[in-house]
Amino acid sequence: MGQTLFDKIWDAHVVSSNEGFPDILYIDTHFIHEVTSPQAFDGLRNRGLPVFRPQQTVATADHNVPTWDQHLPIKEELSRYQVDMLTKNCAEFGIELYGLGHPFQGIVHVIGPELGITRPGGTYVCGDSHTSTHGAFGAIAFGIGTSQVEQVMATQCLLQSRPKRMKIEVNGKLQNGVGAKDIILYIISKISAAGGTGYAVEYAGDTISGLSMEGRMTICNMSIEMGARCGLIAPDETTINYVKGREFAPKGEEWDKAVAYWQTLYSDEDADFDSVLSFKAEDIEPMITYGTNPGMGIGVTQHVPETASFEAKEQGSYKKALDYMGLHDDEQLLGKPIDYVFIGSCTNSRIEDLRQVAEFVKGRHKADNVTVWVVPGSKQVQEQAIREGLDKIFDAAGFPLREPGCSACLGMNEDKIPAGKYCVSTSNRNFEGRQGPNSRTFLASPLTAAASAITGVVTDIRTFLKEEELV
Amino acid sequence: MATKIFKHIQTSVVPLPIENIDTDQIIPARFLKATTREGFGNNLFRDWRFDNDGNPKQDFVLNNPTYSGKILVAGKNFGCGSSREHAAWALADYGFDAVVSSFFADIFKGNALNNGLLPVQVSDDFLKKLFEVIDADPHAVIEIDLVDQFIKIVATGEQESFEVNPYKKACMTNGYDDIDYILSKKELVEEFEAAK
Repeated sequence: MGQTLFDKIWDAHVVSSNEGFPDILYIDTHFIHEVTSPQAFDGLRNRGLPVFRPQQTVATADHNVPTWDQHLPIKEELSRYQVDMLTKNCAEFGIELYGLGHPFQGIVHVIGPELGITRPGGTYVCGDSHTSTHGAFGAIAFGIGTSQVEQVMATQCLLQSRPKRMKIEVNGKLQNGVGAKDIILYIISKISAAGGTGYAVEYAGDTISGLSMEGRMTICNMSIEMGARCGLIAPDETTINYVKGREFAPKGEEWDKAVAYWQTLYSDEDADFDSVLSFKAEDIEPMITYGTNPGMGIGVTQHVPETASFEAKEQGSYKKALDYMGLHDDEQLLGKPIDYVFIGSCTNSRIEDLRQVAEFVKGRHKADNVTVWVVPGSKQVQEQAIREGLDKIFDAAGFPLREPGCSACLGMNEDKIPAGKYCVSTSNRNFEGRQGPNSRTFLASPLTAAASAITGVVTDIRTFLKEEELV
Repeated sequence: MATKIFKHIQTSVVPLPIENIDTDQIIPARFLKATTREGFGNNLFRDWRFDNDGNPKQDFVLNNPTYSGKILVAGKNFGCGSSREHAAWALADYGFDAVVSSFFADIFKGNALNNGLLPVQVSDDFLKKLFEVIDADPHAVIEIDLVDQFIKIVATGEQESFEVNPYKKACMTNGYDDIDYILSKKELVEEFEAAK
């Protein structure tokens, strides 16, 4: 019997496997940030332990940081304290920190890949559920709680039971205007916010292998939104070309050796998956969510489902979600006025996302009723955008390019969507209050978000693309 | 280091029959700025429990004096979303020892087990029955036994067994800790590194 990609990587990292116990899994790189690490550092101090492998630990400040005037001290006292604490802890325990002002600072799931730290075949963890992003390189990567952050700091290992394996195939040609974000929102809308729980999900099929690394990261990023432990995609030429030459990528002989190994990383033809799902790319429309979990998504031209279409025991939760969103049964979102557009987050803040948005908004201007925030995923993305002149296009369109951080994805800094307001957001969660108390989130792709910013209402990007074809 | 020991509880319960309760509801992100593990219970379910001015919302179950107890009974897919362990800390800090649902999100389940908060996964039917029993008698007493792995409605004697990883069960019933376990195998970790 052949092996899955997941099992090949897992087996290569098992330190010890004992009947009745979870495996002891070796972690290649541990990413940490200011929010989920302070209590772990305290735990180490209480135990009198050092960080076991500080050189395999990488820190950045992203969740709490302002996205404007980053050169000034952080105004919000608790945020400043938490970021200062990370600086002190990293100094005390000998961990490299890409803090505010550092050219490598940024959202942890953007900087790992762009620095060449994330590589095929590796194991990566972080006290953040969107660590699944790194799986796009053909790696095992998942989010952990703070007790586990302490565990990895203390031992460079994690106790983990092997999850079940699921394969999700997407084949066919995507419609114009439909991208990676639409694919993953579509999959989650089909299998629900819990449909992947207990599984490591491998994405495969020609639509997936046709995506750029940025697109693959968007897909794997949202694996957690269907409950999956992690998501991964077999490495190929696209992967290898992306990693090559990056700051911490292997060089010379090491590189050749690494590539030879990476080329063995795929699921064997006779590998056994516990579950296999298939979708057709042609069926996917530009997607938008209407509810309060990422599984509550529809094609942008479709109508909100009717309460009666759900089982009786689910109707209460469904009605609660619609009430929160200020929507009603069978409502069409297309044409609904919006207040904010957020382009950013570990899902969609990479240079390719910004290029795509800039290309679309060039020569256009946002609607008066909409406030737009474009937040780059990292300092390097920001600098690259400026080098390419994207900032000028954004400025002219009324889309100010801000500074890197998690920003309005979770509203830990000042970037909060006000109560009752609607935001078309390229982030990953539409939970109640996620973007600010009583804020209302419509998750969508960068193109759908940009088009909606221009018109001021929820918009089908394809109507613009058709006009362009006619011209 | 020793952690909290859990073997058996018998208590009234707090019902929250909502599905897909995510960790952003359990503890909103703006309360994650603390650098210690204590005090999160004050902001448990913050935006469901209090209005914008900080006044308790009378229709939320934690503000209803009829309901109390050390077990939270919630709808399916409890704890989805963010990996924040603060959600488990908030529930434990508020005074819950166990959460009962028909389905738990993965990361939350692990975080709860690491904090002496027992996630008890029951069948859809048993969950429905629990909600009906609590509806009929808000003071209904539920027994959870981790040693023998069952949950029981004390008044009627109806019970169901539940699954728990045998290693985590040993940790919770003895107060063992994952880090101590891995440190006891440190030589294996170093051998693994040397062989890489």
